[in-house]
Amino acid sequence: MPSKVENWKSEVYGSEIREHLMEFAEEGWDAIPEDEHDAWFERFKWWGLYHQRSGQESYFMMRIGTPNGVIEPGQLEVIGEVAKEYATGPVDNPEFGEAYCDWTTRQSIQLHWIKLEDVPEIFEKLESNGLSTQQACGDSWRNIVGCPVAGKDKHEHIDAWPVAEDLHEEFKGNDDYANLPRKWKVSVTGCDQGCGQGDINDLAFEPAEKDGELGFNVRVGGGLSRKEPRFARDIDVWVPPEQASDVAAGMSALFREYGDREDRFNARIKFLVDEWGPEKMRRVLQEEFVDFELPTAGEDMRDQYTYNAGHDDGHGDHVGVHEQPDGNYYVGLDVLVGRMGADDTIELAELAEEYGSGEVRLTQRQNVIVTDVPEEDLDALLDEPLLEDYSPDPHPFMRGSIACTGSEFCSLSITETKNRQVRYARWLKDNVELPDGVQDFHIHLSGCTASCAQPQIADVSLRGMKTRKDGEPVEAFDIGLGGGLGEDPHFADWVEMRVAADEVPGYIENLLAAYEDQREDGETFREFIAAREEDALQDLATAEETSYEDPYMHNTKMTWYPYAEDDDMNASPAPTDGSGQPLATSDD
Amino acid sequence: MTTDVHQLDDGAWISVNDSREINVSDLWLLARHEFCDCEMADFLAEGVVEVGVDAPDIAARFAGRCIQCGREGVTDWLTVGRVIDPDDGQFYGVVPESVHVPRKRTRLARPE
Repeated sequence: MPSKVENWKSEVYGSEIREHLMEFAEEGWDAIPEDEHDAWFERFKWWGLYHQRSGQESYFMMRIGTPNGVIEPGQLEVIGEVAKEYATGPVDNPEFGEAYCDWTTRQSIQLHWIKLEDVPEIFEKLESNGLSTQQACGDSWRNIVGCPVAGKDKHEHIDAWPVAEDLHEEFKGNDDYANLPRKWKVSVTGCDQGCGQGDINDLAFEPAEKDGELGFNVRVGGGLSRKEPRFARDIDVWVPPEQASDVAAGMSALFREYGDREDRFNARIKFLVDEWGPEKMRRVLQEEFVDFELPTAGEDMRDQYTYNAGHDDGHGDHVGVHEQPDGNYYVGLDVLVGRMGADDTIELAELAEEYGSGEVRLTQRQNVIVTDVPEEDLDALLDEPLLEDYSPDPHPFMRGSIACTGSEFCSLSITETKNRQVRYARWLKDNVELPDGVQDFHIHLSGCTASCAQPQIADVSLRGMKTRKDGEPVEAFDIGLGGGLGEDPHFADWVEMRVAADEVPGYIENLLAAYEDQREDGETFREFIAAREEDALQDLATAEETSYEDPYMHNTKMTWYPYAEDDDMNASPAPTDGSGQPLATSDD
Repeated sequence: MTTDVHQLDDGAWISVNDSREINVSDLWLLARHEFCDCEMADFLAEGVVEVGVDAPDIAARFAGRCIQCGREGVTDWLTVGRVIDPDDGQFYGVVPESVHVPRKRTRLARPE
């Protein structure tokens, strides 16, 4: 029997949702019939609108999909202006102020506190500048990710940007693929470093050579959510760039037809790959969904992958100054936990115009890249005051930090995330020496098992939990170690469970001291963890309180907004009207 | 009027008559249970797995973990609240941190 969500989708879904969305926006929040709230909020996701959590009714998160993270000249200013004008909530965030943009791990943009009534104006501003929220959420083709410097990278064998653009054009707004059983995440990479993170996507195109021709090998069924992480499986298929779209169409049609529409928890294609195996995936794709003979896999470049590969000579991100093949430079800037104030975003847009081509790119590590900077302008850009806050040469604890949205806005999260990770990073920077030679150290903090911060592929993985401290429930984290990508990707081993949030920095301090003390010559952190059995890992370090103070130990999910002076659920102004004034609820 | 119950957003919360009523991230005390070996399980609800209606009770099975012993899994059915009068649809939720006794069976909430 199809799930309830499938029933709603069968009534209205895809592009046609927009017409209803605009009508509701015109008439106001109250116009959505109360007994249709759930159905409409599920559908609005397809247009990038996600109803915020309990206590924040009538406010939405808006996601803008920027394929491959490419923000074209002029677009960043628009994004900053939209954030400044429309993404302001009833209470400021103590770390980030009143309006901000989130750069996500899928090279997209998220704005919060969006009111339904403002959606038509926002869409008008975005779309007149080539930006869109279409299919940014919901059961369809999501934002396509890839190497963030595609087309501007010396390590590139194929320029994957035109391929990503083609896929974006083909599958956004395409009714044949508008209603899939679940989300559909695609990665396209043309470089030999592995920074497209194809291994954790539903469908991955990775560079490979076949009979002297460059194209892509195809992998299927990666993903991290629900304590069921999978790396994408090799289905022994190679495609030339011009046929990537055909294979992508075939595989997403296979998912459309054979994915599980009865149980959403079993719907992602990773579970179909588990059930069928890669051989059957290939056979069904060939027999039913493509009309040309699929070549077998070519020779891949995975043995050259350096991105998050756990090597000393690898690269952990795109932060820093790097030369492009055309002689210009790209400058990667660290954005701590991916959140940038609206004013800073507008200023960054101005700097990109002044010193580069105006283009800015988003990475899968929640950072930004200013591209196309001539060598003679580099020093002036690097001297800009904004780069003191968003550094091209940040401390490893700052550049290694990723955090998801968390209980600030998200229904699923168990814990507060972004503000806490900011505090963790600052405390670690001020108090903990990294062992000699450690340049990259990734700490990913996810509020729950959905794994939006990709915790399983970090050196230190933090996953939201609860524990009791002095009998009182407090926010806590499970701690995993030694995850990463590269030729042989590895998910973190969960080592220390239910560590109270205020004892996590102490644990990391002790862990790094143990690593420095016990490591063999030249042993990387990932090798050090891989070399130890479960018992030894558990004995490695203890969690303890330090000078670190955590203001979010209480159950932040019980509040209407964790940073409000009166954070009690009953003090929430939501739902509000189009001007932000509280509306009387039916209970009043 | 029938009572409309479902879980949404990847099991983040339970909707009763289109109103968000039960969220994940609460701690539930479970007695006379088979979830783990603890006499009283201190269970963190991480996700709603299934919902059901056995009038007037609204019940759910949650994925999560006992934060005392660390056992992970899915609970039997927990009563999360009641809709006493289906005509007014008013939901009366239980208090998660009080003591609950899971039961083996309930009627599943099915799409209409």
